[in-house]
Amino acid sequence: MPVDLDARVVSNVRLSADYNVVHLEAPSLAADAEPGQFVMVKPTFGLRPLLRRPFSIFELLTDAGGTPTGFSLLNKRIGVGTELLYRVEIDQRIGCLGPLGAGFAAVDPPETAWMVAGGVGLAPFLTLASELKRRGTPARLFYGSRSAGDLFYLDAFTRLDVRLVLTTEDGSQGEAGLVTTPLARELERAEATRPTVYACGPTPMMRAVAALAATHDRPCQVSLEPVMGCGMGGCYSCVVPTRATPDAAVHLVRGCIDGPVFDAQRVVWDRLAPVA
Amino acid sequence: MDLSVEIGSLRLRNPLIAASGCFGYGVEYADMVDLATLGGIAVKGLFLAEREGHDPPRIVETPAGMLNAIGLQGIGVHRFVDEKLPELRARNATVIVNVCGSTIDEYVEVSRVLSDAEGVGAIELNISCPNIKAGGMTFGCSATGTRDVVQAVRRVTTLPLIPKLTPNVTDVAGIAVAAEEAGADAVSLVNTFLAMAIDVETRRPKLSNGVGGLSGPAIRPIAVRMVHECRQAVQIPIVGMGGIMTATDVLEFMIAGATAVQVGTANFIDPTIWPKLLASLEEYLGRHEVARVRDVIGTLELTEHKGWSNS
Repeated sequence: MPVDLDARVVSNVRLSADYNVVHLEAPSLAADAEPGQFVMVKPTFGLRPLLRRPFSIFELLTDAGGTPTGFSLLNKRIGVGTELLYRVEIDQRIGCLGPLGAGFAAVDPPETAWMVAGGVGLAPFLTLASELKRRGTPARLFYGSRSAGDLFYLDAFTRLDVRLVLTTEDGSQGEAGLVTTPLARELERAEATRPTVYACGPTPMMRAVAALAATHDRPCQVSLEPVMGCGMGGCYSCVVPTRATPDAAVHLVRGCIDGPVFDAQRVVWDRLAPVA
Repeated sequence: MDLSVEIGSLRLRNPLIAASGCFGYGVEYADMVDLATLGGIAVKGLFLAEREGHDPPRIVETPAGMLNAIGLQGIGVHRFVDEKLPELRARNATVIVNVCGSTIDEYVEVSRVLSDAEGVGAIELNISCPNIKAGGMTFGCSATGTRDVVQAVRRVTTLPLIPKLTPNVTDVAGIAVAAEEAGADAVSLVNTFLAMAIDVETRRPKLSNGVGGLSGPAIRPIAVRMVHECRQAVQIPIVGMGGIMTATDVLEFMIAGATAVQVGTANFIDPTIWPKLLASLEEYLGRHEVARVRDVIGTLELTEHKGWSNS
């Protein structure tokens, strides 16, 4: 059940000139959260921005005894709200409504899990990686960004026994190019491991990942980022065009309740709105 | 302290109603909000049949407000009665159903279905949606169209009838008068203002529908003025709305002449706003030594020598 609280900022870690991680104190919210769920965040009590914006839960924070204490957000400044989040100070209060939505369905061994992240699309995968480790499911992370300075939290994934496959557009770390290139190559070789693919990132990347997964007959779950009004199913703003089978009629379903994670083969990519 | 108000034969526990299109079918919020504590819930607009609505993007934020062009996506009146109404009834919610139609016959038929169902408190006639091609605002933009819809529905239901008026007219009070003469029990206003936002990089509208309806604090002063104008023109109760965020805003509408108010956009930002608004409302009444909230309605003081003018 979601809770609505003004969470205290515990720390604000600047990762680069554009990215930061905000740690928030919110035990009741964190206690209920599952991988792939999101929080509707309002970084100001003023009118700019007016509406909350959805953020993936990045890390679940616990005390030494393992009791949930809060969560963190991976933020990239691109607009008014993310600029405010980039600048938050310790003890400031941030409006948080969550956890919300339907998250990832983690697979169990002997199946394997391949996560594919583009840029800030890394956000939902740290909690998924923790869940996969708990289940003993072998996991890989295909992680692409613009350059080496935009690849974050690699050690955290390594500690969770996730095998990393890195790409950068400028070739400054890992393989040069897009993350879909090594993914395509590894899927060719993956006859024995039969992975389930999880993707989050720019829409063109997720669409390409979905197509690769379909080609290789692998299940694929995508975490979409539709523009949301309320996050509760009240406004019907965040609808995602879906169909049950390739021949079925298209239905617009609410991204906040039926998603944000969708079976990639159900998504009608041609009708998906570009992210504003 | 008595917070109850009356809209025709419908008694509301308090003047706070969740605005249609901003609270789903109510059940979406049942985990977070005790639905019985709201004055009423105006559920999402219903046609006879299911309806898909517009492609995304459907909303865009604008200064102190937002545009929406949802296109009245909905499950249709029959599924509503079967799937949603029983839970709303079980939770003791006061249900106001927002009724849509592409034709007068459709308004009549939807209203007839609802009149036969158990647990509907009132009908809000949506003659003001700016986002659909047939019906909606085309009726509400003229006194004749308003009268035709209200009269036709009046013949088939004894439920309190509340036409929801559009602000996209030059004389909203004239429309309110037409609704009153046709047998409406109240009017609600305002629906959203037809508006547009453009992405200058792509030179395309930001909404897939091109245009949409503006809501939020940006429109509140215009909505208050329109409620004030209607108060002077009709005797029936007015349900006021437009950018209400605080109890002060609620009171502004009530002092201007609204018997009850609807809260829409603010619910997106703060779904647990209801108890906060009620507490602040009670604090105001206590401070002003007013025992009944209804005694605030239409108490606007107009001091002529200060040069206030309606024109």
